[in-house]
Amino acid sequence: MKTIITANGSDVNATLDPRFGRCEFFCILDEETGETEFIENKAKLQSSAAGTTAAETVIEQGVKKVISGDFGPKAKSLLDRFGIQMVILKDEGQIIANVINSITGK
Amino acid sequence: MSFKITVASGKGGTGKTTVATNLYWSLVKNFDNDTLLVDCDVEEPDDLLFFKNAILRSEVKVTQAVPEINTSKCTYCRKCVEYCEYNAITVIPPVQYASIAPDLCHSCGACLYACQDDALIEKDHEIGLMSGYDVGFGKGLLEGRLKIGSAAQTPVIRRVKKEALDAASVILFDAPPGTSCSVVTSVLDADFVIMVTEPTPFGLHDLKIAVELIREMDLPFGVVINKAGLGDRAVYDYLEDEGIDILEEIPFNEEYARKFSEGMILSRIDKNYAIHYQKIIRKILEFKQQ
Repeated sequence: MKTIITANGSDVNATLDPRFGRCEFFCILDEETGETEFIENKAKLQSSAAGTTAAETVIEQGVKKVISGDFGPKAKSLLDRFGIQMVILKDEGQIIANVINSITGK
Repeated sequence: MSFKITVASGKGGTGKTTVATNLYWSLVKNFDNDTLLVDCDVEEPDDLLFFKNAILRSEVKVTQAVPEINTSKCTYCRKCVEYCEYNAITVIPPVQYASIAPDLCHSCGACLYACQDDALIEKDHEIGLMSGYDVGFGKGLLEGRLKIGSAAQTPVIRRVKKEALDAASVILFDAPPGTSCSVVTSVLDADFVIMVTEPTPFGLHDLKIAVELIREMDLPFGVVINKAGLGDRAVYDYLEDEGIDILEEIPFNEEYARKFSEGMILSRIDKNYAIHYQKIIRKILEFKQQ
């Protein structure tokens, strides 16, 4: 199963980006293999509807879970519609590697 | 052809509505009975509060055409998404999802042009209400009111202005505050703009931006200093440096403020107050005859 974590940078040493729609990068994690891939969030500088466009990317990637600091109403309803689980982490400044470890249990 | 006067301001709360409603009364009483007041502050139309005996005589829903996507025809090519300047369209091909957010749509029609599959149909979307009132004197009040939740100010203002076109010999528009699209739409075709300011640092700051806009639009204008006696002299220095006409100064008076808050048009009941508006009218007429 694939999970997306919003990240401030393009590797696992980056911190969790607390914004969903305007996050810098999406970290796509394969929960079985532990492999990660980082893609830039093309919506981050959009003047409007950043949350919707970011949700589009998540849906296109075929993931089942998204981990971020918060989700706006439009992103939330779109992700809900496609049964994608939203996980909110309130602990800002967490390193992506730690988030991954807590998911994969390593 | 109507003579169109627009009351505008940079800063909110300087007294646009005060000036507009009092000027309406004075225009009707002293100049031309065939005067119409138009409230273009559609986010917060409050001119009506000053006409206790107003009788509603017309009510029209203001709509905006927003396209809908027929998913049985859509091929999910995303061409409409590329054309949409406002990010209002979401199309996700792998899951065959397509929809348009009415609150982001500006009804520009670009998506209709982009679609090769005839999958878009325009539907009317309610964005506001236009109401006409008899107020007991003059031609009355025409008001635009934005529907709660809608952000489409300019289409509502445009609709109201279309209705007002040539409806009276003098048309007095009460514009929204600020200097954004809604203000541009309100002042666009004015024959004269009255800028209301107050002699405070905030009044001056926003007045400067508003003057820049009105000059850019090349419209004739003059300034009314409301609540004179408060604040400082910086507004006066600025106006002198820029060579801008002061149409009139209306002094700050607590009694005025109290009666205003009770929804009274002061020039109706206070002769001394009414003189300020007669002066403003005289100045505008001088300009008109030039």
